[in-house]
Amino acid sequence: MNRKLYVARSSDVASRRLGDEMLIMSGRDSTLFTLNEVAAIIWEAADGVIPLEDIVVERICSQFDVEPSAAMSDAEELADELSRHGILLLSEEPISQSSLPQQERQ
Amino acid sequence: MLELTAAVGYQQIVVEVGGIPVRLRTTNSDFRRMLENRYQGFIGAHRRAELDFRIDLAGSKADELSDDVQVTRSSGQWSLTRGDFHAEWDPESSSGSIRQSANPYSIDSVLRIVHTLALAKEGGFLVHAASVVRKSRAYLFVGPSGAGKTTMVGMAPSDVTILTDEISYVRNDGSGYTAFGTPFVGDLGKIGTNVSARIASLYLLAKGPENRIEPIATAEAVRSVLSNVLFFAEDQELVRSVFRSVCDFVGQVPTRRLTFYPACRVWDMIG
Repeated sequence: MNRKLYVARSSDVASRRLGDEMLIMSGRDSTLFTLNEVAAIIWEAADGVIPLEDIVVERICSQFDVEPSAAMSDAEELADELSRHGILLLSEEPISQSSLPQQERQ
Repeated sequence: MLELTAAVGYQQIVVEVGGIPVRLRTTNSDFRRMLENRYQGFIGAHRRAELDFRIDLAGSKADELSDDVQVTRSSGQWSLTRGDFHAEWDPESSSGSIRQSANPYSIDSVLRIVHTLALAKEGGFLVHAASVVRKSRAYLFVGPSGAGKTTMVGMAPSDVTILTDEISYVRNDGSGYTAFGTPFVGDLGKIGTNVSARIASLYLLAKGPENRIEPIATAEAVRSVLSNVLFFAEDQELVRSVFRSVCDFVGQVPTRRLTFYPACRVWDMIG
């Protein structure tokens, strides 16, 4: 049985949604990341409490014409990559919300 | 009571850029005169400067000039280090010290860095941009070296006041953004005029076969401006602050792409 994966935004970043894109600035090394519309949805939902699988099913598959298995695979790949850059936290347990940055929208 | 600076023979000048007066103290009268000459038009008369630096001149180290600068904060104190200078600054007391050789480039770099730190806390920034005032409104032309900043201001008609051809100074007073003239010179080799004005527009510069102004997406504007912002500090809090400042700026100030053919008629489209 697959274990659940929880994702949470790092508190070391500042992010801002600008139209369909999400810009994320790493406070560690000033690297700027740009997420597209779908990735931005995952980023915004990454509160450390909702499992990634639920985010994909409830917020991605419900809005876009995509197979859940393919969407989940892409979401895991995205989460891994953002995690490697230190801007997203991954855990098999829920992640404390106290470390999450505020979301900004423009 | 005698001021300590007088007792130890320090001579001082106040260099005011962006409305922030910085007192520079040195025991070397030749160096003070060089500073007065370099920052002509930006010498303030404030008895109480907001920031105060003592400059200790070391031997000639012109061969150590480099772009590799380190700006770090420890126990609240900033440390600025490059091959040709080392500076310490305590924001709490608003005072610090600079150790450098008697050249104008080191102090210029220290001032730029100190201003970026001061501005980052209040929503402003320094950006690689030419800026001008026309009809009481400021216009910024952003771009890296070669984009055409100096070309633009070099073609400016007589009713245009040049704030800078290299480093633009942007402050946010809570109700809008203002551009200030700076003494930080670029290829034009001429310091800006010490005036300020509300910013009307920011243009991302590109050279092309004809003149045109195009809208750009907000996210692209933020990326472009951010890539030209001067910021040196290895400090997470201030990095995030600069990011937010640029996002806020682009949200409030019309930002467009200006493709121009290097001829004076491009100024018909500005202001």
